[in-house]
Amino acid sequence: MPQIFRRGRFWIQLGVVVALMAFGGLLINNITVNLIRTGLGLDFGWLWRPAGFALAETALPYAPTDSYAWALVIGWMNSLKVILVGLLLATMLGVAAGAARSSRNRLLRSLSGGYVALIRQVPLLLQLLFWYFVAFLGLPDTPVGGLIHFSNQGIRLLGLNLSVEFCSVLTGLVVFTGASIAEIVRGGINAVSLGQWEAFRSLGLLEGVGLRRIVLPQALPAILPALTSQFLNLAKNSTLAIAVGYADLYAVSDTTITQTGRAIEGFLLLLLSFLLLNLLISGGMALMNGAVLGRLQRSR
Amino acid sequence: MTIAIRATDLVKSYSPGLNALDGVSLEVSAGEVLVVMGPSGSGKSTLIRTFNGLETLDSGSLDVLGLRLDAAHEERQVRAIRERVGMVFQQFNLFPHLSILDNISLAPIKVQKRAKAAAEHLAIELLDQMGIREQAHKYPAQLSGGQQQRVAIARALALDPEVMLFDEPTSALDPERVKEVLDAMRQLAKGGMTMVVVTHELGFAREVADRVMFMDQGQVVETSDPQTFFTNAREERSRRFLSQMM
Repeated sequence: MPQIFRRGRFWIQLGVVVALMAFGGLLINNITVNLIRTGLGLDFGWLWRPAGFALAETALPYAPTDSYAWALVIGWMNSLKVILVGLLLATMLGVAAGAARSSRNRLLRSLSGGYVALIRQVPLLLQLLFWYFVAFLGLPDTPVGGLIHFSNQGIRLLGLNLSVEFCSVLTGLVVFTGASIAEIVRGGINAVSLGQWEAFRSLGLLEGVGLRRIVLPQALPAILPALTSQFLNLAKNSTLAIAVGYADLYAVSDTTITQTGRAIEGFLLLLLSFLLLNLLISGGMALMNGAVLGRLQRSR
Repeated sequence: MTIAIRATDLVKSYSPGLNALDGVSLEVSAGEVLVVMGPSGSGKSTLIRTFNGLETLDSGSLDVLGLRLDAAHEERQVRAIRERVGMVFQQFNLFPHLSILDNISLAPIKVQKRAKAAAEHLAIELLDQMGIREQAHKYPAQLSGGQQQRVAIARALALDPEVMLFDEPTSALDPERVKEVLDAMRQLAKGGMTMVVVTHELGFAREVADRVMFMDQGQVVETSDPQTFFTNAREERSRRFLSQMM
């Protein structure tokens, strides 16, 4: 018997391959069975039929007489809106909270520590429901200056009308992801040597200036890779929007699938959309990572 | 003569029952070069680091350039002192992600609100003075240890300080790189800079110091002029230390 078959590792790997093939076969079998049951083969023709349902929030004009495809595009834009704004705000909140944890101000330190501890212990879904039912739906009608107007109908910010649903999803995602980002930022900051802090302090620089110009740039290589996975998490977690009735891509897809019975096609589109979005996020972050590492290389 | 630094009964403890500084009092006159020597763990680094507020005090009081520092450690007061007192570290602590020019011009721009062009002009001038003008556009890691330490001196000088603190500035250097840093410090002393230097360099102490202060176990053992200290130290502990060094 050749040497290779005598090694234990070979048989383990063979076992894994067989198991994977069996699992894949099962999936393909299920899809085939489902396709036969729903009427032979993949069919995307339903995309052009009128959707027939209303959407509460539309970035572009939409009416129930428009096609399913257009409804999905509207949902996709709603997803993008909450994800992109969420990424930006979560990063800002996370960096601020992470930096606050290395502050010399005890109050700031404990506030951010408490925030991270609290938020990380509670499931995101519960947090979203809290923001929706307790925080935003409970808002009293309060105009603040002429700029912001809070009410249980949502928030009017300058000319922008933000729905209660959008605000809840956005706040939930930002607060939740911000806590994880804060931990990553704190870790990155801790990895910068104490001598760097002493050096900028000795020069009379303010803590904030030193943090921005000296410490954070050096923490970046340690922060960015972990930040990418938090960004991807935020994008994926945005599908929980359905819990508070925000018309994101997943919510629209869900309605579409229920009405058309086209679960496989619907989920394929959904999977592709998120795959594409997350590849874009990963790609963007990889570029940024490359730029940071490149700058580091030049300084070596 | 004006007093640049006056320390009275400084006490600092990192762990209960063990005082890194155990009642240290001293005066440094303007224009004077004070060299602080002593075995490791004697508290000399801790002492010099209290002078610009990098270490807080448990008790005692410090007067640096007319500004008071005590256990209260008021943030604005500390920063006011740091703007007028330069510090050079054993490990250089240059900012690795900034060019040499940016390392030096950052504080003048951010602290003294100087124009970028003026700050960079000053930086070049200081690099010239340190004999490393051609390194301006490189990054710290591309320089030798001796060059890096000279950049660190230039960086501290950029704020035009009245006092310079040196915390074992040559201890992390290769032996053949020590001289270029000591030469730069010698130059500075000749120019009348008030300097407090923690070092093991006996030659430098003998030649440049106005006074040598010997510390052990958080206390000042003796303070003498270099001639006395190196040939006829008053205290037994100083003599024992010197005999181990030579």
